[in-house]
Amino acid sequence: MELFKNTNYDFLGKKWPFIIASLVLTVAGFASILMQGGLKFGIDFKGGTLMTVKFSQKPPLEQIRTAFARSGKIKGEVTVQSFTDPGTQNEVEIGTELVDERQLAANRLSMEQVLATTFAQPGNGKLEFNSASKDALAARLRDPLARAGVAMAEPQLQKVVAGILDFRDTPPRSGLVTDFNQLSSLPGVNAGIMSTLKQECYLAPYTVKETQMVGPKVGAELRNKAVLATLYALAGMLAYIAFRFEWIYGVAAVIAVFHDTLITIGLFSIFHEEISMTVIAALLTLVGYSMNDTIVIFDRIRENLKIMRREPLESLMNKSVNQTLSRTIMSAGLTFLTVVALFIWGGPVLHTFSFALVCGITVGTYSSVFIASPIVLFWHNYTDGRKRTAPVLAAAARTDAPRKSPSKAAK
Amino acid sequence: MKNNLTARTVVIVVTLLICVFGIIDFPKSGADLVKNFKDNIRLGLDLKGGTHLVLEIQVQDAVKADADQSAERLKEDLKKQNVAWNSMDTPDVRPGHVEDADIVALTVKGIPATQSSAFRGIVTERYPTYILTALNSTDYSLKLKPTDLNDLKVDTVKRSVDTIGNRIDQLGLAEKSVQQYGKAGSKFEVLVQLPGVDDPARAKELIGTAAVLEICDVKEGPFPSKEGALAQKGGILPMGTRLVRSKPRGAQDGEQWYLVAKTPVITGREMRNARAGQDEFRKWETNFSLSQDGGRRFGRYTEANIGNKLAVVLDSQIVSVATIQSKIEDSGRITGLGSEEESVDLGRYLRSGSLPAGVQYNEERSIGPSLGADSIHQGIVAGIAGLLAVIAVMLVYYKRSGVNAVLALGLNTIILLAAVSYFHAVLTLPGIAGIILTIGMAVDSNVLIFERIREELRTGKSVIAAVDNGFSKAWWTIVDTHVTTVVSCAFLFLFGEGPVRGFAVTLVIGLVANIFTAVFVSKTIFDYELAGRRQLTELSI
Repeated sequence: MELFKNTNYDFLGKKWPFIIASLVLTVAGFASILMQGGLKFGIDFKGGTLMTVKFSQKPPLEQIRTAFARSGKIKGEVTVQSFTDPGTQNEVEIGTELVDERQLAANRLSMEQVLATTFAQPGNGKLEFNSASKDALAARLRDPLARAGVAMAEPQLQKVVAGILDFRDTPPRSGLVTDFNQLSSLPGVNAGIMSTLKQECYLAPYTVKETQMVGPKVGAELRNKAVLATLYALAGMLAYIAFRFEWIYGVAAVIAVFHDTLITIGLFSIFHEEISMTVIAALLTLVGYSMNDTIVIFDRIRENLKIMRREPLESLMNKSVNQTLSRTIMSAGLTFLTVVALFIWGGPVLHTFSFALVCGITVGTYSSVFIASPIVLFWHNYTDGRKRTAPVLAAAARTDAPRKSPSKAAK
Repeated sequence: MKNNLTARTVVIVVTLLICVFGIIDFPKSGADLVKNFKDNIRLGLDLKGGTHLVLEIQVQDAVKADADQSAERLKEDLKKQNVAWNSMDTPDVRPGHVEDADIVALTVKGIPATQSSAFRGIVTERYPTYILTALNSTDYSLKLKPTDLNDLKVDTVKRSVDTIGNRIDQLGLAEKSVQQYGKAGSKFEVLVQLPGVDDPARAKELIGTAAVLEICDVKEGPFPSKEGALAQKGGILPMGTRLVRSKPRGAQDGEQWYLVAKTPVITGREMRNARAGQDEFRKWETNFSLSQDGGRRFGRYTEANIGNKLAVVLDSQIVSVATIQSKIEDSGRITGLGSEEESVDLGRYLRSGSLPAGVQYNEERSIGPSLGADSIHQGIVAGIAGLLAVIAVMLVYYKRSGVNAVLALGLNTIILLAAVSYFHAVLTLPGIAGIILTIGMAVDSNVLIFERIREELRTGKSVIAAVDNGFSKAWWTIVDTHVTTVVSCAFLFLFGEGPVRGFAVTLVIGLVANIFTAVFVSKTIFDYELAGRRQLTELSI
């Protein structure tokens, strides 16, 4: 099957609408960032506390908000956010500020206390099952089981407890058991264990799935380091491309990649997505992807420069883009497929990651054609234009070597 | 050609076998296979659940302590030489401000002008690590030389890593990692990762409490068991003594119990330094030095007890027993050690007995096991869905040649996983990002080659020539895209940190694997198909 056989689209002739679209997107992104008073950084870069709590039903957002506001234990702003993803609709993220590293431990404790007093029924000294660790549960059950006459060797007890907690932690429970009877059919669980469990433990209607606390110092440093590393990496790529092609190709490729990153960041702001460490990983992926795409096209231009010496640069570039069109569409399409799968089924952890890539691959693919190539073209037209107005000497030189084809293109 | 093909096939098969072995060892059953896979491909905390702590070692404490100790020593030295002074001060350092370490200086005031040369003499002779500057005719400031200050900071962090590692061992975790975080000398952070522990409270307790190091008088021993020792003593221990077990030095070692004095002669607090060394007979020993106060007490004690035994007890376990051979004052040596390793270990125990400086928690993350399970579940579902879609499209679009691409892609993934296993790396989310980009570029390499072959076929070339040309023409494009990315990864690795580095490492491994699979392996498969069929006019592509 071949879809793009001998195509002959005039890509570079249609560059302006795309360049304008790019500019519009970039400006919109910047405007959105400005209007929102800066980028929305995740906890990795901003510092603070973030607790992901899963409830057994739809979480009572208002109740959580008022509970935290009324407790007076948490300083600063408290944000309570729910997820829209169907797989995680019973989960909320509770975020608090963290001004000083020294408040780290106290802050966590206060948040856990507020949740416990608001939502957990008084346990009467019972152990809360949904947050119990393996050791805690085993320790809690050991003696009562013996007293109840359920004979169990220690390894057997450990195995049963591990089995129960594994069951609790796998989907669809995902950490939250709402009724002890769910456990009754597990291997090794008998009536004696069930009744001891019910007698010693109770079930809170929520469980803390994740707690992240990042001191403000770490956050700022991480951000600077990540940005610096990326800039150095871009400079490194520029140098390599300049060495293998011509310097203007390196500049064009880096501008195109920079453009992709800017637009993606802008889209993050427009869609109110947070910039987290995961997003940085995604942006790095996108830089790599977009650069790859640009080099493939440049490579073909370089090759054609050697074969079609008489061809004007613009039509040569068009030919190159057309020749590689099938590969561009295939590669971009396939990568896009994978990323879309991640976006749809990947869950909240991969959500922002795949969002960045969905944006990035789209922008990264067209920027190779409509941003990187035109920059090289503009530059050559500009220098050629200057040569044309110069005296005969330049013209003589031109017949010698119609266009400077990169001499270093080793083969 | 035929031979060449056989050689290439051998290379590919051997690589495949080595990689598969790295991932699953030699499984004896299905369950064994799953278990080996899980053991070899270890998941990072973000996917598996666990606790991640970043602590900042308050190096300013250690620098201040060093200045305070020097002040005490200097006072004694000045007294001995009859040099008068008014006051000696060190500035206070603020908790949470490691940069305060650089401003610590010992200020000595009121040295009479007539004694200034005597004072200078003492300082330059006895305090070579300090720079002496005169503030005015009677006041001076002593500050650690920049290199020594840096050494002290680096050593403080190293000792803290050792100590914290020893303490975390008590949690009895199969895997844990305690490591210096960031560049030594400019950052003083320690990263503690505890997979499977979702409540950091216990770990923080252990890190926070002081590990107790004691050197105690040995009354009697060794005994083969606690009961045996008790029986010999008639069931009751003598006043002021206790039974302590020796730290086992290997699985086959039997139990060894010693009866030691309850109150130690000296404790870890008085230990200043300890190093492994060799004596004149090239036997391994551990040299240690004590603080002035501890040294004086230790001197008096050892003088009176030559010939007796001393036990080094760390966290209620004996790490070494030695005989007192002479009076030991501020420095001594522990002899009778079996090997270099043993003496180095003991040196480390002695040095890391107590934390050299306070710690501050800069970051704390605990990821519940259910979140990890969810992420993996969803990640696998999404990953498989994506991969199946890619495979389907490749097979439909490139037909038989698509099989090449799928095989190459599969081998690439296997090599990547094997690399994770052989390098004892852990798979984290940014690492998976690297893998996704690798797969993207692997697909791209295949597409590039196939499209080239199609172009060549279109110009009317023979199948064999088209395949050869397609590969050789795509080769430089693939080199350029891969080298560019490797260059960028090198920078990301050099200047990035943590997650960014994980991304870079995975990507580089993936790219190298990709050049092997997409070019070498894929070409070999093509050659196999085309071998001996020179007249072939059609290629399924």
